[in-house]
Amino acid sequence: MSVYTACIVLIAIGLYCIVVKRNLVKIIIGFAILEYAVNLFLAVVGYRKLGLAPIVIDKSQPVPFSVDPLPQALVLTAIVIGLGVMALMIAIAYRLYEKYGTFDVAQIRRLRG
Amino acid sequence: MMVVPLFVAIPLGLAFLIPLVSKFWRRAGDLVANLGTGAVLCLALYSIPLISGRPIVYSMGGWRPPLGIVLVLDGLSLLVLVCVSVVSFACSIYSISYMAKFTSKWKFYTLFMLMVTGLNGVVLTGDIFNMYVFFEIAAIASYALVAFGTEHEELEAAFKYMVLGSVASVAILFSIALLYAKLGTLNLADLSIRMGEAGDLRILAFTGALLLTGFSVKAALIPFHSWLPDAHPSAPAPISAMLSGVFIKVLGLYAISRIFFNVFGMKPVYSNLLIFFGVISIVVAGLLALRQSDVKRLLAYSSISQIGYIALGLGTGSPLGILGALFHILSHSTGKALLFLTSGSLVYSAGTRDLNKMGGLQERMPVTAASFTAGALSIAGVPPFHGFFSKLLIIMGLWQSGRYALAALAIVMSVLTLSYMLKVEKGAFFGKIREELKGVKESPATMLISMILLAALCLGIGICFPWVVKLLIEPARDVLLRGLEYSHTVFGT
Repeated sequence: MSVYTACIVLIAIGLYCIVVKRNLVKIIIGFAILEYAVNLFLAVVGYRKLGLAPIVIDKSQPVPFSVDPLPQALVLTAIVIGLGVMALMIAIAYRLYEKYGTFDVAQIRRLRG
Repeated sequence: MMVVPLFVAIPLGLAFLIPLVSKFWRRAGDLVANLGTGAVLCLALYSIPLISGRPIVYSMGGWRPPLGIVLVLDGLSLLVLVCVSVVSFACSIYSISYMAKFTSKWKFYTLFMLMVTGLNGVVLTGDIFNMYVFFEIAAIASYALVAFGTEHEELEAAFKYMVLGSVASVAILFSIALLYAKLGTLNLADLSIRMGEAGDLRILAFTGALLLTGFSVKAALIPFHSWLPDAHPSAPAPISAMLSGVFIKVLGLYAISRIFFNVFGMKPVYSNLLIFFGVISIVVAGLLALRQSDVKRLLAYSSISQIGYIALGLGTGSPLGILGALFHILSHSTGKALLFLTSGSLVYSAGTRDLNKMGGLQERMPVTAASFTAGALSIAGVPPFHGFFSKLLIIMGLWQSGRYALAALAIVMSVLTLSYMLKVEKGAFFGKIREELKGVKESPATMLISMILLAALCLGIGICFPWVVKLLIEPARDVLLRGLEYSHTVFGT
């Protein structure tokens, strides 16, 4: 249970960062925390204490006490997607820095509403 | 059977072929991308007669559902696929000339094809995690495409869009994790069966709320809209057309209707929320649109307002309302894509987006002016254009389900639509031509061809609307009306 609570706390921290922080880099860090919190949650869903790796050796018998492998595959996919998003975010933040000379959101404001 | 995976495979394969071929021949992207979108369009039209009766279910890699990933082509998927492929074909023709001023056009085409891959994948897949993956393929491509100009505004809009869009994606991923934790499956059909067995759980209500939030951000329903009026105008015109035309519908409204009608079951709380979001989107975005002097920004607000109509129609839950909403997906996708393409043509030739700096362009750009008029009348709902029939059906659906006040409101707001469209007409095309615009020429032929194509569709679908409704919209409506029987059609029981 405590692990789930930790996930929720991490999600809250990430959302807080994205909403409150005024610095592009900190917003990106907040997004990273948010995303890893959800990935952690996915991994925890399939975890089982003292569970075995679900590798079938004897075909007639299922693995007696295995962890669920599917969430791990999902997490792997989600991490790769997250990497793509993160790389693009950092690239755009860098380009913005080149244009404006600052990471401060308050000063990067050409667009209204 | 074999056509289904091609919708994803063709654009995905071509997306990676384009950079390879462009090394040797610089203009290869034009040819390959247009052939690709054209082929997808042909496939979509070819599969219309195939799905009469029962949907096509394709198991990827031969793994039967619920273990493997399935692609499901039913009436609803097909309707949205046709919208996507028509608009993407028009946009790729348009890009030949329009994108010529940008360096590295092949990068544009690669991202464009990836976006089409993502959209087609979302529409076809029958697996919720697979849907998330396609969501992200389309979304990441669109973030990069919004920033394609790499000027101040583009970058800023892209960053804003990206943060909001990614948070929405994380919400969707989180709800997928919750669903898997509770129900132990990812297949949409299997989810709906197990959800029925599990009954009314509080965790499922929470998941539903998370999913609705995520999809509403993608659909840009007010109050989740703040990214759209920045992102859509900043993108290059063909991408604005794709984003406003099909993107918000596929990622937002298609996903909402698939998940909430076919998996969760349309409970009153969800339909009331949809109606609520729909009404405030229509009113607030409509009023905001009236105040804009930037053509593309005005059209972007108009998109939010029209998305509100679709949400309203879906929320009624009555057969006519749903029929109207689905028809409005078709009419708004072609109409709004056309309007964004014409606004791009204005930017291309007159060099400005500001309505106060234009005027009298009708005589210089007759084709652009005529096709803008077709699109504007269609979105505003003037017969015989197709927007009239879709709005009429939505209003009749509202009336049928006893929501008389909302029906009246929808009629009043469609007058408002007409008034902001007339504002553009007056600002850009009517009146005397300004001195500095005397040298303006009509846009190149390829841009005109795609605009004429879409304008012809606006008129043609309107005139042939009984046949279009029978052929495309009614099968889609039946999928939504049958609701939870979706699982039977996928498992073939």
